[in-house]
Amino acid sequence: MSAQIILATAADGLAKLDNYVKAGGYQALRKVLTEKMSADAIIAEVKASGLRGRGGAGFPTGLKWSFMPKNYDGVKYLVCNSDEGEPGTCKDRDILRYNPHVLIEGMAIAAYTMSVKAGYNYIHGEIFEAYEVMEAACEEARKAGYLGKNILGFDFEFDLHNHMGYGAYVCGEETALLESIEGKKGQPRFKPPFPASFGLYGKPTTINNTETFASIPYIICEGGQKFAELGVPNSGGIKLFSISGHVNNPGNFELPMGTPFKKLLELAGGVRNGHKLKAVIPGGSSMPVLPAEIMMDVNLDYDSLQKAGSYLGSGAVIVMDETTCMVKALERLSYFYFEESCGQCTPCREGTGWLYRIIHRIEHGEGKPEDLDLLLSLCDNIAGRTVCALGDAAAWPVQGMLKHFRKEFEYHIEHKRCLV
Amino acid sequence: MLSQQIITLIDKELKKYPADQRQSAVMAALRFVQDEKGWIAPDDMSDIAEYLGMPQMAVFEVATFYHMYNLKPMGQYTLTVCTNLSCQLCGSGDTLEHLHKRLGIGLGEVTANGKYGIREGECMGACVDAPMFSINNKQLCGRLTNEKIDQILAELDKQ
Ligand SMILES: Cc1cc2nc3c(=O)[nH]c(=O)nc-3n(C[C@H](O)[C@H](O)[C@H](O)COP(=O)(O)O)c2cc1C
Ligand code: SF4
Repeated sequence: MSAQIILATAADGLAKLDNYVKAGGYQALRKVLTEKMSADAIIAEVKASGLRGRGGAGFPTGLKWSFMPKNYDGVKYLVCNSDEGEPGTCKDRDILRYNPHVLIEGMAIAAYTMSVKAGYNYIHGEIFEAYEVMEAACEEARKAGYLGKNILGFDFEFDLHNHMGYGAYVCGEETALLESIEGKKGQPRFKPPFPASFGLYGKPTTINNTETFASIPYIICEGGQKFAELGVPNSGGIKLFSISGHVNNPGNFELPMGTPFKKLLELAGGVRNGHKLKAVIPGGSSMPVLPAEIMMDVNLDYDSLQKAGSYLGSGAVIVMDETTCMVKALERLSYFYFEESCGQCTPCREGTGWLYRIIHRIEHGEGKPEDLDLLLSLCDNIAGRTVCALGDAAAWPVQGMLKHFRKEFEYHIEHKRCLV
Repeated sequence: MLSQQIITLIDKELKKYPADQRQSAVMAALRFVQDEKGWIAPDDMSDIAEYLGMPQMAVFEVATFYHMYNLKPMGQYTLTVCTNLSCQLCGSGDTLEHLHKRLGIGLGEVTANGKYGIREGECMGACVDAPMFSINNKQLCGRLTNEKIDQILAELDKQ
């Protein structure tokens, strides 16, 4: 396995500033400041690293940073998306609680690059312990001169504050998240304008995922090229994978992009109790499910998963063994999107309710043969027709399940019980 | 009336935001009220609205939009059980059943003595520790088994 560059455990003690510095922490920030690296040079390095947004959409990070207005006098903001709520995903939590300074350092470098003085880290409400660690880490960094005015004695100012969410999946969507920091309900904004021109409090804003920022110090210290080479073409670097569900040893693993799924499953101790693998959701609950035969041959990177009919998403791998009823699994996921729809677009608000009710009735032995086509036509009427991607996120799992496990749904409708 | 303790906490939170963006502290303010009283009543929302200088309706919208706010009393200890997919696969159904057996209550209910309440939660972002519940939105208890649940309840019973 490659060197661990982001993932830590409680035993590493990196949440304490001293330990982080002793382990080589804040060298990247120091380098950027001492060498007076230009914004263009940093962005070029990030582009060379092939780093793509780790929040799920995989947008190239260097390119995103280049969208921020330059030579702009007004206030700009930097925002970190730690609202990790996509079922299956729990990697950012480990960065926050075990390695908070790598995030602070990455954000400080990003702030320097884009001439931003203020940042917010929006943390999922359910992980209060991680919020407390982050609050303490920011305070320690401030006292030691890594945040605040004249950072490390240079003419550079950046301060970072943590904002806690309180239970709304949709706030992981970047513009809903901004609304939420503004003290409103988290309803996504129509884009354009994009946050780089109209973001937090209407000011230019860049938003990245926790893991994205946390990858930056390594890229600056070791060079973009070296990071890129850890991975495979078009999927640069290493990535955190959360593997949960029916495995013997669920956990987070930091692996090179392009690692075979087989290897990850092995690291997670294999399928629980020696059962047979049935299916895997490879990138967080919104991504289409793939059957075992396909998964066992797939590598974990953007292109391989797309070719296999799904997406890398957030890198959250949910494993289901032969005892899993796919109707029941999908019923729970559909309930989630129905619950979490913010309600402002009709296709999503009404469509997610329909999806859930139909799958619920199939699960409860009241499905009709025509329901499956009805589900697919509902999906077509939701995906791509909404303000934010939650609509697509609700449709994809349904489409994936019906593509690969339609027989199981038909069996449920005909026999009013599970195939498994 | 907001207690002095809550006001102090809100004031600390307000320092994070630009001076003309007091509304940004509304989520924290609601959380502080819930931490102190266990739930948030309409009167609390009016008090927060007044303190932050925002419309009462805007506070109400926030309190009702985010799931973790208790808009009715949910017991001294609110146990929020995640039932989403990774937890479901790892037995959150058994967790709920065991809690039901032990406490005699189901989702959305509070024990007669007001000590415990159970809520259904959405993904907590800690799926590798499934199945799990949180206690008063502060502490996550994962990798639950019936024995572990019994231990946690025994600890809470003592308090
Ligand atoms: C419904 C929904 C939920 C999302 N949840 C998250 C999340 O929890 N964390 C995250 O980083 N991005 C999430 N995103 C993606 C963000 O909108 C955004 O693309 C991301 O934070 C950008 O950062 P990145 O480029 O570093 O990935 C979500 C998007 C949608 C539509
Ligand atoms: S797609 Fe759904 S969650 Fe997104 S803005 Fe529309 S209604 Fe809200």
